Amino acid sequence: MSANSPNPVLIIGGGIAGLTAAVELADTGVEVVLVEKSASLGGRVARLHQYFPKLCPPTCGLEMHYRRVRENAGITVLTLAEVTGVTGSAGDYEVEVRVRPRFVSEACTLCGDCERVCPAERPDEFNYGLGTTKAAYLPHGVAYPAAYAIDRAACPEGCKACEEACKYQAIRLNAQTEVRTVKASAIVAATGWKPYDAAKLEHLGFGQCRNVVTNVMLERMAAADGPTAGRILRPSDGKEPRTVAFVQCAGSRDENHLPYCSAVCCTASLKHAAYIRALYPETAITIFYIDVRTPGRLEEFGAKVQHDADVRMVKGKVARVEENPATGDLLVTAEDVLANRKSTEHFELVVLATGIVPETEGLPAALKPDECGFAGKNGSPGIYAAGCVCRPAEVSATVQDATGTALKALQCANRSVSHVR
Amino acid sequence: MSAKLGVYLCTGCTIGESIDAAKLAKVAGSECHAAVCRTHEALCGDEGRKLIAADLAAGTVDTVVVAACSPRFKPEEFNFNHGTVVERVNLREHVAWCHKPQDEDTQMLAEDYLRMGVARALKTEAPKPLEAEVSKSVLVVGGGVTGITAAIEAAEAGYDVFLVEKDDHLGGRAAQLYKADGIQASVAAVLHHPRIQVFTAAQIGKIEGQPGMFDVTLDAAGGPQTVRAGAIVVATGWAPYDASRLAHLGYGSSPKVVTSVEFEQMAAKGAIQAKRVLFVQCAGSRDADHLPYCSSTCCMTTLAQTAYVHEADPEAEAYVIYKDMRTPGQYERVYRETQAHPLNFFTKGEVASVSPGADGRLAVTVNHTLLGETIVLHVDLVVLATGMVPNGMDQILNLTYRQGPELPVLQDGFPDSHFVCFPYETRRTGIYAAGAARAPMDGNQARQDAAGAAMKAIQSVELAARGRAVAPRAGDLSYPSFFLQRCTQCKRCTEECPFGALDEDAKGTPKPNLYRCRRCGICMGACPERIVSFHNYSVEMIASMIKAIEVPEEDEEKPRVLALLCENDAYPALDLAGIERRQYDPSVRVIPLRCLGSLNIVWIADALSRGIDGVILVGCKYGDDYQCHFTKGSELAQKRLENVKETLGRLQLEPERLQLTQLAINEWDKVPALFDDFVNRMRELGPNPYKGF
Repeated sequence: MSANSPNPVLIIGGGIAGLTAAVELADTGVEVVLVEKSASLGGRVARLHQYFPKLCPPTCGLEMHYRRVRENAGITVLTLAEVTGVTGSAGDYEVEVRVRPRFVSEACTLCGDCERVCPAERPDEFNYGLGTTKAAYLPHGVAYPAAYAIDRAACPEGCKACEEACKYQAIRLNAQTEVRTVKASAIVAATGWKPYDAAKLEHLGFGQCRNVVTNVMLERMAAADGPTAGRILRPSDGKEPRTVAFVQCAGSRDENHLPYCSAVCCTASLKHAAYIRALYPETAITIFYIDVRTPGRLEEFGAKVQHDADVRMVKGKVARVEENPATGDLLVTAEDVLANRKSTEHFELVVLATGIVPETEGLPAALKPDECGFAGKNGSPGIYAAGCVCRPAEVSATVQDATGTALKALQCANRSVSHVR
Repeated sequence: MSAKLGVYLCTGCTIGESIDAAKLAKVAGSECHAAVCRTHEALCGDEGRKLIAADLAAGTVDTVVVAACSPRFKPEEFNFNHGTVVERVNLREHVAWCHKPQDEDTQMLAEDYLRMGVARALKTEAPKPLEAEVSKSVLVVGGGVTGITAAIEAAEAGYDVFLVEKDDHLGGRAAQLYKADGIQASVAAVLHHPRIQVFTAAQIGKIEGQPGMFDVTLDAAGGPQTVRAGAIVVATGWAPYDASRLAHLGYGSSPKVVTSVEFEQMAAKGAIQAKRVLFVQCAGSRDADHLPYCSSTCCMTTLAQTAYVHEADPEAEAYVIYKDMRTPGQYERVYRETQAHPLNFFTKGEVASVSPGADGRLAVTVNHTLLGETIVLHVDLVVLATGMVPNGMDQILNLTYRQGPELPVLQDGFPDSHFVCFPYETRRTGIYAAGAARAPMDGNQARQDAAGAAMKAIQSVELAARGRAVAPRAGDLSYPSFFLQRCTQCKRCTEECPFGALDEDAKGTPKPNLYRCRRCGICMGACPERIVSFHNYSVEMIASMIKAIEVPEEDEEKPRVLALLCENDAYPALDLAGIERRQYDPSVRVIPLRCLGSLNIVWIADALSRGIDGVILVGCKYGDDYQCHFTKGSELAQKRLENVKETLGRLQLEPERLQLTQLAINEWDKVPALFDDFVNRMRELGPNPYKGF
């Protein structure tokens, strides 16, 4: 560590929170090491079709961020990487980072020959398991880093087809996991969230009924680069649904599942209703809810969608979802609190508004979870958490949180070199 | 200056199979007069890059044109020593991957792109950073929880802070709460911090200057004083919605109807005397006649206040009439705990009226309740959970800017910004809004928000100190220069700059403030005299690229279309179409623009007078939900286009030859049809009559 420049800030997680913290710090003149466990940056937001309330594509903002990452020499990105140990103290941490091989070097040109010759398939995790990719895959069209990766677990024994096909000698099938030690002045953990496991909601039929999907899956269907090329279709028969039910608080606000509110699912379902109504003007939507939570300026967006006569709001919990095996249609039993009755209705597609679960894998031990399982913001003087691992929030609040947390890291970095201007 | 041009052609990634590289090399030599032209099968590899580096080292080349993949890829690989101009020609995503291989039209396209790339390179100079002495101090406006937090957080990062508060004490609304959460400790911390200078009972008389050098005149007790700050955090907070407008809820007609703010003061004074208190949620919020937005904090405030009811009288009841209870995230637990209190009653409903009832109580009529009927409740006190109104941008900053003294705001009074992705970026560079002035939020969120705004303020001064732009072109070294001798004082540039970067002298000549500039080039597009240019972006540069397009004779029946694309969204969308191998008409010649707002209409005149059959502009969505990174660019381009269309008629040209399409970055799948349809319409219109002139 030189007298004038602090150690880099290490950021865990390359989703919107980590990416924001990274570019904000780097643009301020602090070096950053960004550690992402998957093969590309962007995290969960990269898989969204559009953001509410503007219905604008996340790629638009991500592209600006990637450009800043590309052009700022102060940012080092490590993908397929995880933090496995932290020692030291604020200003002078030593972080052990395990970097799994990509099996594709920086010489990759994106030509796609490896993918064309690859004989093996794997579930498409980017599309939440809807469809498959080849074992040699590009995470998605605007992926950063812009390079293929190979899922060796999916490779047939002894297959070298991609290595032989690559004209740029970019493929190294024998690459090994590396363990690196990175010096850091401060650590920002932005490990993000994952959707609540819908299979745990047995009464809502996910996994048993073919036409029950989750909100994150619907998001992929709506995307042009998604598994259905932007069309929202029933998994059982590929039909456009004419009636769609949304089940709010699927897991959230439920002591047996998630005791908290996931904060985004109401506005997300209203957004999904807007997607469907724009795609299929004849399709009618029903949203079963406990409270409609569209806080702040999201209210105006929510009100606009609810103003649509074909978007029906029913206050009440869904008790059961069952499939008619002959048609694939779904029988939804729910209470209607305002009408004071129980209702049973048929729908062609049911969407579960599953909640946000903090992703605590890879979280430094110093960041103790709260009673809901979210990370506390400040673990020790140099270790901070940011984004959805701290609380469920929409993109804007996550960006805000990440920017503020970046300042905490900056303070720590500056203090470590007694920064005086 | 005569550049020593080196043209490097990559034949990898099927470029070599798609086009005739030898023919392309001939164009480089004979037409573009390249000193060196080399072809390699993988220019981005070590061997390829060494070819270029060797020519640069030998001095045979000083200007590099790399004809390979999109400039969005391999930027590091083609970044040679600082100051070397490297221009990228996109032969992969925009030619080889989306057009028929070994086809005459594909070859013509590649050759045009090379000519255009060379033209661009020859008009490019490496930008030099701005240099000036920059103050790194931060001015924080507002001494409530947000302002105090912003001041402490910036100071703790090592920056000097001036904190200005209009009242004679700090603490703002948080200090008026019955159970204020640590606000007094924060006030004490601010007052004792060596890096923070506090001005209470002070207002801003005026702010002159620009980021890095704002001269702030403060009207304080001891008379006006001036301080210099580098960046500004606006933390002016909020006011409760004016309850006198809520007469239907009984406010003003009975002293037993109070606002949540007043109830807080009653609790602090121990003045709550009621057996039954009814809380009306959304008093003013979520109401088209009052505040269209949700004030976000009132549900949690009410939950806290039900405890005050029971604290004052353990037998008292609290009723909460809500539309929807909004307790996001971990706040849900507070709701559940409060609901569990046996004397709290929550019901969804709408309060229809509040009127005097029996025994001096109030009769509250509630419609549409969970019970499905209208109920009348007799209560001792009604608390209106009034919403938050941002403390507007009115006589706060008093900027001496040509475009006005305050931050531009959206319809609902909050500062205009890209509030989803880039919530802090306002339309005044170096000035960042935070807290309830920016969006409805509670104290916890305001603290975090304050830290974020302080971070942006610090970043802004650090970038200014290095002569670099802030977002969205963060780090850019280029800036516009104005050849003022030719200025006709038309004021278009000073009016159209979305960031208010240009002031004016008495005659109307622009006075650029380059540290306010975001480098979008909208002024360059606005100027009819073409006096605005950047080292690496100019009217002349794009004009020379247009001139480089070979326009076939009329009888060849090959239309030519110029497509001017926003480089931030439309250009990557076109790349994606290429990556997905979508095919489209090869008659289109694409030029990326920094922002569609930098469109200078002379380019359209240039294109049409050269016989190009049509011009299509592709940029970001505009309107209320605009996506333009520079907020107004595509909208301004549309206006300019409408003006040009009027004049086309006089030239016997159909207005259909010009079109602007709004396209989002993820609508890459629509690009082929967009281009094909436009070219087909040009075919139907027939050739541009100016061909061959």
